[in-house]
Amino acid sequence: MTSWRSLSRTKIVWPLIALGALLLLNLFFTPHFFRLEIKQGHLYGNLIDILKNVAPIMLLSIGMTLVIATHGIDISVGSVVAVSAGAVAILIGGDLAGHPKYPIAVAMIAALLVCTAAGMWNGMLVSRVRMQPIIATLILFVAGRGIAMVFTNAMVIWLYAKPFAILGQGYVLGIPFSIYIVAFVLLLTFIFTRRTAVGMFIEAVGINPTAARFSGINAKNILFWVYTFSGLCAGISGLIVCSTVMSADGNNAGNLYELDAILAVVLGGTSLNGGKFYLFGSIVGALIIQTLTTSIYAIGIPADVSPVVKAFVVWAVCLMQSERFRTRIVRVFVRKGLSA
Amino acid sequence: MKRWGKVLALVAVAMVVVSVAAIAAPKTWVVGFTQVGSESEWRTADTISVQDSITNDPTLVMVYSDAQQKQENQIKAIRSFIQRKVNVILFTAIVETGYGTVLQEAQKAHIPIVMIDRPVAKEDMHYVLTIMGSDFIKEGEKAGNWLAKYLKDNGIDDGSTPIDIAELQGTTGAAPAIDRAQGFRNIAKDHPNWQINHSQDGDFTSSQGKQVMEAFLKADPKIQVLFAHNDQMALGAIQAIKEAGLQPGKDIIIIGMDAVKGMFQAIVAGEANCTIECNPLLGPQAVQAIHDLRAGKKLPARIWTIESQFDATNAAAALPTRQY
Repeated sequence: MTSWRSLSRTKIVWPLIALGALLLLNLFFTPHFFRLEIKQGHLYGNLIDILKNVAPIMLLSIGMTLVIATHGIDISVGSVVAVSAGAVAILIGGDLAGHPKYPIAVAMIAALLVCTAAGMWNGMLVSRVRMQPIIATLILFVAGRGIAMVFTNAMVIWLYAKPFAILGQGYVLGIPFSIYIVAFVLLLTFIFTRRTAVGMFIEAVGINPTAARFSGINAKNILFWVYTFSGLCAGISGLIVCSTVMSADGNNAGNLYELDAILAVVLGGTSLNGGKFYLFGSIVGALIIQTLTTSIYAIGIPADVSPVVKAFVVWAVCLMQSERFRTRIVRVFVRKGLSA
Repeated sequence: MKRWGKVLALVAVAMVVVSVAAIAAPKTWVVGFTQVGSESEWRTADTISVQDSITNDPTLVMVYSDAQQKQENQIKAIRSFIQRKVNVILFTAIVETGYGTVLQEAQKAHIPIVMIDRPVAKEDMHYVLTIMGSDFIKEGEKAGNWLAKYLKDNGIDDGSTPIDIAELQGTTGAAPAIDRAQGFRNIAKDHPNWQINHSQDGDFTSSQGKQVMEAFLKADPKIQVLFAHNDQMALGAIQAIKEAGLQPGKDIIIIGMDAVKGMFQAIVAGEANCTIECNPLLGPQAVQAIHDLRAGKKLPARIWTIESQFDATNAAAALPTRQY
């Protein structure tokens, strides 16, 4: 009992329970949901689809976690995904024979640089100009799509350069390649924030920037680099999005991803008020969102009802996260138990 | 003194000649065009087509306004068109409602309104002279008819064995999604063995289309036909089918809509079977309508876009001429 109590206080437990519940639901409602086969030399099944399709949101949520920990928000990430996709697509070019205009590695690095610069722009506005984060990032939220459209000339660019497909469609040891990218970024971020003092600095800035400054933390630079990192994550995410469908669509690539990323962070237990952050919680949060989407397709819930189902699940998970709600529920049950 | 008189007379004559010439000369018509913005590839092609057709016509002058997806911008643009006394207004509505007042103002100023592609609400349509655009229901029916013929020609449909059909719908609630689904079903109901077993919202995008198709294939690996409400979704689904180890175009018959260039390439490569054109190149027809208007001809209340369909028989020939 005591061990359950201490466990239930760790933030990661509740999102894990929600994820487990979703998977359990599929066990009953979707035959073959957990079936894994080997097709064309890699694993094939709904679970693999979830892993493959969740990668872009996971990457965004890693960057977003740090931003939210500083009591900020970055709503430009969806647009930056489109910028990244547009930049890499225009540099690789839509040659039908698959000959890239510039080497694929060069195109990818260039796209990442553009997105890092976008992150720096956000970081500069928030840390130096001291704009409110939602307004500062609103600029690129709007302008980002415009930039992407300029890159792609407002057309959908289809890519035929095969090696670029590895990013979003390749497999290593039977598992989607994109998941390795996420694991790599996650690991680096974890080491950098949790094995050094950087994570604590970020949390300190999120809780009270003035106090953080007085205790010798360079709050301005922390803010600047956190937004820059979020831009870089969005850039990597955009490369995967582009590679998954081998096309760049300035209008639709990464559309509303910022909301999914924010939701993943919140589902993972990080408060929008800043302070303590939970990287692995955000990863689980992203998994919940994608599992939900894939389940809706697999169960065959009609298109016009599925947003309601999504809304309900999100609502339920958020309630589970609330400590006050949980204690109320427990109290109700305890009272009933006493009167019986 | 006499000389001055002569000069004056000459000047007077010259003035009369000039003014008569001004009246007789083909006066250029000013066309106000307000577009919704650039929301998609289709819209971009549509905008460019209309702009080019008008600017290339020496008798027409265009005043263009990009509303950037905002209705208030569009209403402002129409008001400024009225103030400038343009001869005709071309107009694609962002939303259906809320244009009544400004359209009434245009009517009072005797400026005809020609709508392109997207209409305003029914109760405001009497302010509008005509609307030109695609017949989405007919597009869905064309897809159904094409499928019926293809199945028959290839001896797949014997009229009783079930045909397993999956459908990728456009964004829930969008007019083309509703009407294309309806049109396809109008044909499907004459074929009781056609079973639309799977139908989901693919949001008109390739990435969503791919994700949904992945899930369809896990639930039912025996899908025979995919009907996608646009080519983007079909092209995304083709990749999902390939990843499942199936051959798109052969194991699964693929029908898309819009006829974008990427789909032509897929058809030529044998990875897709058919696409129904949804023609965004409305420019020439719009200019024709303006000329008819000038000539005093009566325009029909609805001008349908000229549209065709493409499959393996004609895609390769048409590919080099595709503009979008």
